[in-house]
Amino acid sequence: MTTKEITVAKQLALVIDLNVCVGCHACVTSCKQWNTSGAAGPLADVNAYGASPTGTFFNRVQTYEAGTFPDTQTVHFPKSCLHCQDPPCVPVCPTGASYKRKQDGIVLVDYDKCIGCKYCSWACPYGAREFDEQRKVMTKCTLCVDRIHDEQLPPEDRKPACVKACPTGARLFGDVLDPQSEVSVAIRERGGYPLMPEWQTRPANQYLPRRITPPACPTDAKDWP
Amino acid sequence: MNPAWSVIVFTTVAGAAQGLVVTLALSKLAGLPLAPGFVGGALLVALAMLLTGLVSSFLHLGHPLRAWRAVLGWRSSWLSREVIVLPAFIGAVALWWWMLYSGLGSSRWWMLATIALAALLWLCTAMIYACLRFIAEWAHPFTLMNYTLLGLASGCTLLAALAQWRDELATAQVLSPSALALTLVAWAIRSLSLRRNAGLKSLSTLQSATGIQTQPLRQHSMGMSAGAFNTREFMHGFGLAALQRVHWALHGLCFAAPAVLIGLSLALSMPALLPLACLVQVPGLLAERWLFFAQARHPQNLYYQVVS
Repeated sequence: MTTKEITVAKQLALVIDLNVCVGCHACVTSCKQWNTSGAAGPLADVNAYGASPTGTFFNRVQTYEAGTFPDTQTVHFPKSCLHCQDPPCVPVCPTGASYKRKQDGIVLVDYDKCIGCKYCSWACPYGAREFDEQRKVMTKCTLCVDRIHDEQLPPEDRKPACVKACPTGARLFGDVLDPQSEVSVAIRERGGYPLMPEWQTRPANQYLPRRITPPACPTDAKDWP
Repeated sequence: MNPAWSVIVFTTVAGAAQGLVVTLALSKLAGLPLAPGFVGGALLVALAMLLTGLVSSFLHLGHPLRAWRAVLGWRSSWLSREVIVLPAFIGAVALWWWMLYSGLGSSRWWMLATIALAALLWLCTAMIYACLRFIAEWAHPFTLMNYTLLGLASGCTLLAALAQWRDELATAQVLSPSALALTLVAWAIRSLSLRRNAGLKSLSTLQSATGIQTQPLRQHSMGMSAGAFNTREFMHGFGLAALQRVHWALHGLCFAAPAVLIGLSLALSMPALLPLACLVQVPGLLAERWLFFAQARHPQNLYYQVVS
């Protein structure tokens, strides 16, 4: 694949705080609701009421267990398109249907140009793209592009649906190229990191690590006053 | 990856057709006394195979009617380049056949151009896979060598078999050693690539995929219960025993059996064995290409290990 630097005016992205995510899946359902109803939808559900329901989602929450019992940590891990600054999925597209917007860095698919060859999904190391089995086109997280720029909405609502839905505030949204933005400060001060840095895709979305908080009171009953 | 039959059929059938046309052009250029009727017939076989491959490649698409758009991305996409070179090659073969049909004969320059287009098509097809840097099984010159050599070997064997069938026994006699040599070289390269694949270790780990550096780290839920595109497209679901059987089919049917049959046809002067070698190789080629896809371990699979 030929990689070419794509210069963007802004790079909108999510910063996801694994320290406060409780794995409630509210971001998953609100993402599905917004995007199945809007410009990116409908997102197909196949066999929705059967034994094996499967459908198109832009966002998933996974759960991992780190460490050896009893010293384990449960980490909930939301996963969506990382809107890479060097996206390997874009140059491989034979039609130009996959593109990265110059004005805000969002990676999008033009559904009217997509021929459904699935090659872009092979070229994404993160598995961020999902082929819609009913519309026969490749779909992916749009960072709610039809919402964040909508001037009909009150300013506080011009955020991705997942960010608005998160009850613990685990999802931050902003321009990672602006050093003063909330997301840049969070990445800088709280150890933000990209996923699979070994492939040099320069993901715009970053994650804040789980931090183990020492107990404020004695953990052993015999030490209790 | 989960091998897609449309892509397996396209790459094997079109690859063999390319090999058939290249060996035919080289035979003509080398001055083999081929009857024009035989050359025309072989070109028609190649055209039928290429059209079969083309139809098969269309079956891979979600929106086949929009396929014309795939020529637009040629600046950056090897898939787009393949979409341009494939019809150009089919056109070149068709024009060669038409020149023979209208009595103009085989033009030397046209045959050279056709060989160049076949080589370019192998390059495009192989680079579609070899350019994906994080699929280590594909991102290697072996991919290009394998696609080219297998196309040449199967195409040369097919041309030798066609020559036997059309009673061009002198041609079959001359082509058989080349078919045997190409099959053996292709076998050697494929064996080396299989050995390389067996020892490969991905740069990505569950730790790099999630950024959680703790050891051990286990997935407890992939976030859905009944699978998704991520589990259907990138995983084949077959166990090691099944993969091993395909492995043996690859060695036995794609390389060993055809090589033995071509060798016997030479040693015993029994060219009737050539069509048999060609037929035996068909399931072998499909097994080889199936394993090419099945062996590719996509890093996204790290995220989809446990349902709940």
